[in-house]
Amino acid sequence: MTAREATLARIRAAIGDAPAVPAIPRNYRVRGDLEAGAAADLFAQRVAEYRAAVHHTDPDGIPALIATILASAGDTRAVVPTGLPADWLSEVPSSVSVCTDDGGMTTEHLDAVDVVVTGCAVAIAETGTVVLDAAPDQGRRIITLLPDHHICVVSVDRIVVTVPEGLHRLDPTRPLTMISGPSATSDIELTRVEGVHGPRNLDVIIATAGRTALVRDRSWLVP
Amino acid sequence: MSDAPAPTAPIHAPAGVGMLRGARTFPEAARQALGDPQLRHNLGHATATIREKRANVVAEVADWAELRNAGQAIKSATMATLDEQLVRLEHQVTAAGGVVHWASDADSANEIVARLVRETGSREVVKVKSMATQEIGLNNALAQAGIDAYETDLAELIVQLGDDLPSHILVPAIHRNRAEIRNLFLRAIPGIDPGLTDNPSALAAAARRHLRQRFLSAKVAVSGANFAVAETGTLCVVESEGNGRMCLTLPDTLITVMGIEKVVPSWRDLEVFLQLLPRSSTGERMNPYTSLWTGVHRGDGPRAVHLVLLDNGRTSVLADQVGRDALNCIRCSACLNVCPVYQRTGGHAYGSVYPGPIGAILSPQLTGIEHNASLPYASTLCGACYDVCPVKIDIPSILVHLRAQDVEVKRARRDVPTPEAIAMAAAAWTMTDDRRWSRAQRSSRLARLVGRRRNKARGLIRSLPGPLAAWTVARDAPRPPAETFREWWARERGRDGQRR
Repeated sequence: MTAREATLARIRAAIGDAPAVPAIPRNYRVRGDLEAGAAADLFAQRVAEYRAAVHHTDPDGIPALIATILASAGDTRAVVPTGLPADWLSEVPSSVSVCTDDGGMTTEHLDAVDVVVTGCAVAIAETGTVVLDAAPDQGRRIITLLPDHHICVVSVDRIVVTVPEGLHRLDPTRPLTMISGPSATSDIELTRVEGVHGPRNLDVIIATAGRTALVRDRSWLVP
Repeated sequence: MSDAPAPTAPIHAPAGVGMLRGARTFPEAARQALGDPQLRHNLGHATATIREKRANVVAEVADWAELRNAGQAIKSATMATLDEQLVRLEHQVTAAGGVVHWASDADSANEIVARLVRETGSREVVKVKSMATQEIGLNNALAQAGIDAYETDLAELIVQLGDDLPSHILVPAIHRNRAEIRNLFLRAIPGIDPGLTDNPSALAAAARRHLRQRFLSAKVAVSGANFAVAETGTLCVVESEGNGRMCLTLPDTLITVMGIEKVVPSWRDLEVFLQLLPRSSTGERMNPYTSLWTGVHRGDGPRAVHLVLLDNGRTSVLADQVGRDALNCIRCSACLNVCPVYQRTGGHAYGSVYPGPIGAILSPQLTGIEHNASLPYASTLCGACYDVCPVKIDIPSILVHLRAQDVEVKRARRDVPTPEAIAMAAAAWTMTDDRRWSRAQRSSRLARLVGRRRNKARGLIRSLPGPLAAWTVARDAPRPPAETFREWWARERGRDGQRR
């Protein structure tokens, strides 16, 4: 008998008394009752409480805002995923070298990069969370992990209010990373310290919707 | 072969491996902890901080009660169909390119992981904080196989560098304060800046520098899992520091060791637990990082993904109709922080990787009650743990159930009854007969003589004589009244109950 068969046999013997299988009471809140503007405000407030920097702009202001953030952080080496809208980097000064990760950048190369710029799949207002799903505007997981600075552009049409709404929009078969503020630890006397192994600086740009480059049809995810 | 247990018989976690059994009983270990004022200060400060944070973020969730009900129901439904859920999970993980292994106990899980690491050709692994791998003593087993395991969670690193033991589920180094951690880093981390201060930010930065190269060069990582979704084959790790993301993303090979009770049936179930867990655990609306992966993602992350499903006594917990609810635990540690016993003794006194109220019901069931017989008594039964549990485990009732089991086991083993058993039998004989009970009450008045001698003014007996002295070692006994209630009733109302 294999360990698999033995374990399953022990489980079946253990529940031989046929314990009741309760129905799941899903009467908790699934939908948030906020207008899009109020959801974006709540998202901004909650992200800021994690000590991430929050910026607001319309779509036309994204390139200038990214250039400003890079300059004030003193970043000189940037990495971006292949699907990032090209004009987002149109105002980045030539003093900043930008690499596009086509999946071939090495760990050593990425470790030497200062900053990564991405979009996001979903943002959850109540918890101040952005979710990356490795789509073309976000890239493989490693590029948002090794650089010490992450600039994440969140289009307001990606913002939902509740955790259930957020998970409903996601495809579980993709690699998913939920990010709520910069890397942190509370391991020393339960005092929160921002910045351990993940990016220590997180800038979130909330962009009003309306630009086709930001709109991707995700309706196929809804069962 | 007739002596071999049936393959379906429950098996407990084996002795001699892992961390489920203490060398001492709870009262012995607790006495030492209570004598350490620094420890009590560290614990008092830390648990008070986290209790307040949790209370604040739970209070802002209007549907917290509904979420707890859903969490409880999902877990109970999972345990009632655990075989089906694991088979579904195995199928989906395999379909997504992962490899599933089954381990009946700690030894078998350790062998599987050591073999998988050896097959990669690597002699070292980086580890994400994981209760299951601590439970089975994986680091020791890997060391014996010539493989170095490096803990990467800050608190686990503190514990590992200090050759210490974890004392809390969420914050394993909760018993250490910043000054102690600074001194440890200066002693144990090669090449560290001698000017290191005890500022938590500086200490975290020192850990980052220490581990950075290790992450970048690691070929194999070992993790646990907070949840595994049977419907999709998705595994989930929640964390704060980013060490988890490093381990789950950078190495070529990822080995996840998970207790069989961590499976949840559907993707939708995560919408409940990803609300309940962070708020109960760290007192945050959401933990900084949650990683979800389903098998191998081509071109992104590890190219070989293994899942080791661990029993190690869980099926024997499942077989107990009352005790099985302990398997519903999502390891948030809220029950530790509110427990008046844990707050004073800390985690080491429990002798297991699972301390506090949940440990007091989980460890004895995983090992068999005879190996952790003192733990069900490590509680005042105040019920604070039940109130904060995000999946509504009735810990006090299970504690009482296990105390009864302990008495039964001891009674079955002894030829000679214990003094306690004799006293209980005598009490039963006395109290089941009206005349015997009256005589006993009258004779208890003799104790007033003791009371008069010992502490007349406050009506207390400071120390009882003879074998009863043990009762008054840590408490006073009340002096029996001059007149019993029954005598008072007879005097006031008469035998027929009419007022005179």
